[in-house]
Amino acid sequence: MALLEVRGLEVRFPMRQGELTALRDVSFSLDKGERLGIVGESGAGKSVAAFAILNLISRPGYISNGEIIFEGSDLAKMNARQLRSIRGNRINMIFQDPMMTLNPVLTIGTQMIECLRTHMNMSAGQAREKAIDKLRQVQIPSPEERIDQYPHELSGGMRQRVVIAIALLTDPSVIIADEPTTALDVTIQAEIMELLLALCENSDVALMLITHDLGVVSQVTQRTVVMYAGRVVEEGPTRQIIENARHPYTHGLIAALPERTNPGMRLNQIPGVMPSLAAIPPGCSFHPRCEHAMDVCRSELPDYVMDGGFRVACHWVAHREQQP
Amino acid sequence: MIAFLVKRFGQALVVMFVISLISFSIQDNLGDPLRELLGQSVSEAERQVLRDEMGLNDPFLEQYWRFLKKAVRGDLGNSYFFKRPALEVIMEKFPATMELVLGATLIILFLSIPIGVYCAINPRSWFTKVMMGMSIIGISIPVFLTAIMLIYLFSIALGWLPSFGRGETTMIGFWETGMLTWDGLVHLILPSVALSSIMLPLFIRLIRSEMMEVLEQDYIRFAWAKGLSRKRIWFLHALKNTLLPVITVGGVQIGTMIAYTILTETVFQWPGMGFLFLEAVNRVDTPLIIAYLIVVGVIFVITNTVVDLIYGLVNPTVRLAGGHS
Repeated sequence: MALLEVRGLEVRFPMRQGELTALRDVSFSLDKGERLGIVGESGAGKSVAAFAILNLISRPGYISNGEIIFEGSDLAKMNARQLRSIRGNRINMIFQDPMMTLNPVLTIGTQMIECLRTHMNMSAGQAREKAIDKLRQVQIPSPEERIDQYPHELSGGMRQRVVIAIALLTDPSVIIADEPTTALDVTIQAEIMELLLALCENSDVALMLITHDLGVVSQVTQRTVVMYAGRVVEEGPTRQIIENARHPYTHGLIAALPERTNPGMRLNQIPGVMPSLAAIPPGCSFHPRCEHAMDVCRSELPDYVMDGGFRVACHWVAHREQQP
Repeated sequence: MIAFLVKRFGQALVVMFVISLISFSIQDNLGDPLRELLGQSVSEAERQVLRDEMGLNDPFLEQYWRFLKKAVRGDLGNSYFFKRPALEVIMEKFPATMELVLGATLIILFLSIPIGVYCAINPRSWFTKVMMGMSIIGISIPVFLTAIMLIYLFSIALGWLPSFGRGETTMIGFWETGMLTWDGLVHLILPSVALSSIMLPLFIRLIRSEMMEVLEQDYIRFAWAKGLSRKRIWFLHALKNTLLPVITVGGVQIGTMIAYTILTETVFQWPGMGFLFLEAVNRVDTPLIIAYLIVVGVIFVITNTVVDLIYGLVNPTVRLAGGHS
């Protein structure tokens, strides 16, 4: 049985013009110690999905349908107290911008110790010891001094190490990392990613990595979920997705990787832009940008086609497979 | 820290110089001090002699220089009406005004923070809507009108509270306080409420809007993701960040409140500096007017310095230095 299973998740935002559906029928699962990548362009709903798992969607957004089964219980139905015992304890998050994630007026130590004191029965002294220990694990030099400093005294890379240390403090079973390296210098991105990967492997923590960078996904994750306009369009083992993507959108993402382009040539971008939530086209929401679009794509939402470890929502793929 | 204080002291000297120049230069425009000083029966010739004696006919700069030389030694001249050093007269009334400001400040402090925080956390509750509506009304009504309405309601209609004066006071050294007796405290209530009536709604709105902005920040979302208790997120993580800009604005407003004491003290016949100032204006008692303006200027400079010191203590990203600020 999966450690975390999301089934038919739907998230809505009530607006003045009516309700916007940010996530539609999103399902995926995460096994113990597994590393899952969630990819898509900006606005695909990756972050909403990540925040929805801990019921942390910004108001007025809410989960309108679906289940989030974690260790046998449904997070979507939990009350605030029950959720607090999961958040920051069993499922922890790493945010995108370490400059904004840490509270500027509290010391690193305060922000670490409060997690331990909230979730574990620890004395202030024990918690401090453990915090220093975790800072050492994320390779922060002289953690005994750093722990009493404020976030502004640390560089961006160091701050993200602190955030990773906070995420690991309570020995969680899942870490959800929302673009953990996007806001960092290119030179330290790889360093932070490697550190996160090593720490998750060592402690057997499941990692849900949300990113728009297929390159990172291919290096870190075992399975990949591709999202478009609030819906999962393709899911499968990462290696096979990279080598043999079925959905035209995934194709486009892979073709757009700079590594796939000869030097001096234009990058292969997908024509058009992701539709806004208020104006999602009928049928397959990708059809206006799709080179294989058929008549049926404009009117009917494609069902999932199962194929080995794959799951694809595309009329064109289904059509091709019916004609050997 | 010491560099900061030295720099502040330098700034204060410049500010005080400008205040003294401005307040000294208005004295010619207030009317003839001799009219109050002497009766109707004194002849014009005698008046001229007295003007020469007092140096009122000298050129402006000469008069100012004479004033400045004395002022540096703490002598701001004698009050024409009280025939005593003006600074001494002012300082006798200083405790009354400061206690009034203190009372208003306490009211603002203990009401604005809880109400502002509540309104930020529950933006849609009926209490928030009532508070926001009332605060608009509170800001719009002038202090003297609030004061008169308070007197009508609590002194005349209900008869609960005294409407004028300080009541029974006790002396502690030079400080005449009304805060040690029940009668003094009861007399303090209405004037303090009236004085706080403008600033309180302002602070509630300020704290609410700052807090709402802070609650949208990533670090607050991260705090929720850490599974912390609501109390800890609201009153530690969010409130500490909310209060930083509030301290800065608040410090300046406390200075402004001293200006409002003129109105409040007049309505409540409160024997403080503001009441004295208005009397001095009516009597064309220029030395007293100048002394008042200078004392208020000193209070402004001191409160701003203290506010900057507190801000430096609360905000770790600020280190007080003698450099640019």
